[in-house]
Amino acid sequence: MQYETVIGLEVHTELSTKSKIFCACATRFGAAPNTQVCPVCSGMPGALPVLNQNVVEYAVRTGLATNCAITRGTKFDRKNYFYPDLPKAYQISQLHQPICTEGWVEIPNAENRTKRIRIREIHMEEDAGKLLHDPWEDASLADYNRCGVPLLEIVSQPDLRSAEEAVAYVEKLKAILEYIGVSDCKMQEGSLRADVNVSVRPCGAGEYGTRTEMKNLNSLRAIARAIASEAARQIGLLEEGGRVVQETRRWDDDRGESSPMRSKEDAQDYKYFPEPDLPPIEISEAQVEAARQALPELPETKKRRYITELGLPEYDTGIITGSIHLVRLFERASDQCGNPKEAANWIMGEVLGQLKATQTLPEDMSFDPDSLGRLIALVQSNTINRGTAKKVFAEVFSKNVDPEAYVQEHGLALITDRGAIVQALRQMLAANEKSVAQYKGGKAQALQYLIGQGMRALKGQAPAQEVRQLLEELLE
Amino acid sequence: MTIDRNLVLYLEKLGRIRLTEEERAACETELQSIIGYFDQLNSLDTCGVEPLSHSFPVANVMREDCTAPSMEPALLLSNAPQKKDNCFLVYRTVE
Ligand SMILES: [Zn+2]
Repeated sequence: MQYETVIGLEVHTELSTKSKIFCACATRFGAAPNTQVCPVCSGMPGALPVLNQNVVEYAVRTGLATNCAITRGTKFDRKNYFYPDLPKAYQISQLHQPICTEGWVEIPNAENRTKRIRIREIHMEEDAGKLLHDPWEDASLADYNRCGVPLLEIVSQPDLRSAEEAVAYVEKLKAILEYIGVSDCKMQEGSLRADVNVSVRPCGAGEYGTRTEMKNLNSLRAIARAIASEAARQIGLLEEGGRVVQETRRWDDDRGESSPMRSKEDAQDYKYFPEPDLPPIEISEAQVEAARQALPELPETKKRRYITELGLPEYDTGIITGSIHLVRLFERASDQCGNPKEAANWIMGEVLGQLKATQTLPEDMSFDPDSLGRLIALVQSNTINRGTAKKVFAEVFSKNVDPEAYVQEHGLALITDRGAIVQALRQMLAANEKSVAQYKGGKAQALQYLIGQGMRALKGQAPAQEVRQLLEELLE
Repeated sequence: MTIDRNLVLYLEKLGRIRLTEEERAACETELQSIIGYFDQLNSLDTCGVEPLSHSFPVANVMREDCTAPSMEPALLLSNAPQKKDNCFLVYRTVE
């Protein structure tokens, strides 16, 4: 029997506010344990939360960028659970009136058309702390720096049908969140992570199968692998005449398999109630309109503009607009060299090549973004040739060297002095009498060899066209 | 709503506490009378009444996104029953 996989995603993204959602502690990643904690975010008795206004603003912006309706009267709810990552013993979240509802984003699907993935809701909540296992004590160490870091939870409808679609959806959300500047989306630092709901059903069936959930997947690879593995497991169960049990499973990315999680299973009775410590939030029409006006150009619009206005290939624009960091580099380089096509070629070739070779993410590029455009300009002005430029770019990428200074220091500029080229070629011809004789005897291939020798004598630093021309003249 | 022994045991589990037999019996009667009191509300007709989450007419109390110094870790941890490496030491949670 053929089966269809049905996937829904809950994407959690940490907002890049300076301070936490309900207190003034900093949100900086990587601080020493428990150095960004105060009475509010550690749940000391009597401490009261006050909402950070930027969290609301970022949530509205995210809702608008994903075609959601903004809830005018919204509020927080208290979700009770006992777990040591949450010192208050409850998480302040939104259950009944989430700030955004009913949106969608578009992803490319298998037939290279676009598919609309519906977003059920986006709500605001606080992150929990981090627990580290201590093998010496056989206990856990609790670090509450992350407690109270603002989160948006973006809940999709079960519209995804494959691991590839799920990855494309997360990539699209990531691009949008980066464009609108609400999150750095660094998956390796946990600022973007996903809970994945998976079920399978026979193709053509009307009802969904029983679903399982895998929490906290923090890489695209883990998301893809977890979905593929879970779908295969469920299909296997059904084929054997068994049934799928609704449960939360833990995905072990190292071992490439999931296992049922027991601890939280029977304790999921959150006893939600309206958060009494926070008054409701009213969002005005004017506020929504102002946020809409302030939205930057989003990935899809930018992509279309690159294709129609700049004449870039569709594939290239898809790659470049998929990351705000590549977009910024591309736009700076185009401005610098005045040639968008050339800038795009460099991004698709050398920049992606270096990123891949050094396993670097676009957000971690650290060189001066002006350097690429200046390097392209050096090629366009015939100061260096393309081969040299590629070598210089490797230095720019890895060591952030200044392109002009590097070319000058290492004597890489093309020799433009005609006299100097002629002199070098004469010396070369004198040392290659045999090939010269062959050429004059009618052996045309000898010219290729002599050009190669000529370029070598000039250390590759003369325009190839000019070398050929001068050689032909000298051999007359 | 009826408070029976099973519900008391379930609440113990949710609240991570353990009661004695006498406490359980007391809980059963006391919770039953509290819940019974609130059950009176069910006799009211609330059709068309919007749920109330806050009784004061106050909205939009927010702060600017500014940071302020956090607590010294030593002070933060000073009441912790167990601590290590500037962290709270808690029962094993990793499965
Ligand atoms: Zn705090």
